[in-house]
Amino acid sequence: MSSSTLKHLEFVKRSARALKGGGDKAIEKQIAMGKLTARDRINALMDAHSFHEYDLFVEHRCRDFDMDKKVLPGDGVITGTGTLSGQGVCIYAQDFTVAGGSLGLMHARKITKIMDHAIKMGLPIIGINDSGGARIQEGVDSLAGYGEIFYRNTSASGVVPQISVILGPCAGGAVYSPALTDFVFVVDQISKMFITGPEVIKTVLGEEISMEDLGGARVHTEISGNAHFFARNEVECFHQIKKLMTFLPGNNTKRPIPHAPAPPKPKFNIEQIIPAEPSKPYDVRDIIKAVCDNSDFFEIQERWAANIVIGFARLNGETIGVVGNQPLVLAGVLDVDSSDKAARFIRFCNAFSIPLVTFVDLPGYLPGVDQEHAGVIRHGAKILYAYSEATVPKITVILRKAYGGGYIAMCSRHLRADFVFAWPTAEIAVMGPEGAANIIFRNEIANAPDPAAMRKQKVAEYTQKFANPYVAAAAGHVDAVILPTDTRKFLLHAIQISKQKTESRPRKKHGIPPF
Amino acid sequence: MIDTTQIQKLQIEDREYETFFTKKFAGRRHYHPPDPRKILCVIPGVILKIHVHPGKKVLRNDPLLVLEAMKMENIILSPADGRIKAVNVEIGKMVPKGTVLVELE
Repeated sequence: MSSSTLKHLEFVKRSARALKGGGDKAIEKQIAMGKLTARDRINALMDAHSFHEYDLFVEHRCRDFDMDKKVLPGDGVITGTGTLSGQGVCIYAQDFTVAGGSLGLMHARKITKIMDHAIKMGLPIIGINDSGGARIQEGVDSLAGYGEIFYRNTSASGVVPQISVILGPCAGGAVYSPALTDFVFVVDQISKMFITGPEVIKTVLGEEISMEDLGGARVHTEISGNAHFFARNEVECFHQIKKLMTFLPGNNTKRPIPHAPAPPKPKFNIEQIIPAEPSKPYDVRDIIKAVCDNSDFFEIQERWAANIVIGFARLNGETIGVVGNQPLVLAGVLDVDSSDKAARFIRFCNAFSIPLVTFVDLPGYLPGVDQEHAGVIRHGAKILYAYSEATVPKITVILRKAYGGGYIAMCSRHLRADFVFAWPTAEIAVMGPEGAANIIFRNEIANAPDPAAMRKQKVAEYTQKFANPYVAAAAGHVDAVILPTDTRKFLLHAIQISKQKTESRPRKKHGIPPF
Repeated sequence: MIDTTQIQKLQIEDREYETFFTKKFAGRRHYHPPDPRKILCVIPGVILKIHVHPGKKVLRNDPLLVLEAMKMENIILSPADGRIKAVNVEIGKMVPKGTVLVELE
């Protein structure tokens, strides 16, 4: 055999060993847990044959605790580049079959190297997490590795979209990388995220709880709000990621890839969705679907703080970010969680130049001791901050109720909405007619021979005079009162006309949002 | 269509809205004003020492007991001057969060 053939064979041998990850037994175990292997995950997620792997032959350098005798192929993480829904991306996937996907120095260096690429090249970064945590044998080097990742997550924030996919354990310090990224995907029974696990909680606090109940996919999509997308299995999860990518730009200087414009589906009849009675519920997502292209609304954090709806849609083929009060849940009030949810989404859209469309129908903020003690003042302020700060085109449609502080918060003219449209059913007022009449006409009502009749009369008077869009329109706070059937037309035009929008804010290092 | 069988009423200002509750909202705890005479355990742990007994007079900031939690010894101080009504814990026993440790008269 020629020497070049021998070298070729050596390469094939080394590659084959590295590509096997933790070996057949570990792979069998991974599959028995209902999980795909790291490499299969990447191939399932990326466009066919687009993945190019780097750093396959990286090895750890730990000498302590007999680690020098251990070979860890790829050091437990696969990194590379490719395309996803036609968009170039950088990706890494931790390989649980290699030392439990534990994070050592070289493992972290592979991740930070691909993250640096993402920032330099202006490409989204996708991280698939499946790791037992820090590689204890590597000690403080492993902690340093985490820190380097968190630093880059922060540095890349608002520059390139960052997506975390939790497909296994992600515990302790490791959870802070996903927490710093823009979108977190979890899968039922597979994802586990927590700072301190059930064992520590039991020994220290004497409380018993399963991993699933402490930090499973349902917990993070329904209770904590740490994750954005829930899937029943990995394949469904990959479909969600592919769909999300179609709405996103590669970086903060690019626009999302435009799609062919398409009208909404006729089954969403915009005139028949909202009940006339302001205390009756409806699903605001039907309104969104009645105006957006192809009635295709991609909802984010569907299961958490459902009293506000956020997500992406398209108008005339271009991505928009949608925020809408949801009267179906808690009457659509703003509260601690819904404010957090909307504020972060608004900031994402602003960072990536995605126009914002806001649908308003809310009675105000949620009353309650728990809300006040949980800091609804500080949390509620986030939504004001996020809307005021945003300089992307901002279009607001007031569907029905817009009372008090809720009216101001939901991208009102005063927070610099570019266009505020109101339906004839809009009620823009300091509060609901019942409450307002009870305060303004307190004496008249109390002193009347029939207080109940007087109250009814005064509520009717107030409703007639103020529960409409015309007081706000007379002041110029509303730009146009429009018929529901004209909503899409007005939105399409507003988006089109706002394309070259420029708006500046005072120069600063950065603002100080009420985190 | 909306399944109206699960619909709830939520009062905001002077109007009742028909709507659904979130799990979190439905499971919220009603507020009870704290009773300053009851000293509650704020972190689960083990009682190491008990400095007081029923009937004993204490001054504000007098140590009542020592609770070991998170590998730290926490000295529980009296929030006010008064007389001990009851001591509800024993040395060496694990106490959960929220337990009434000591009651003042």
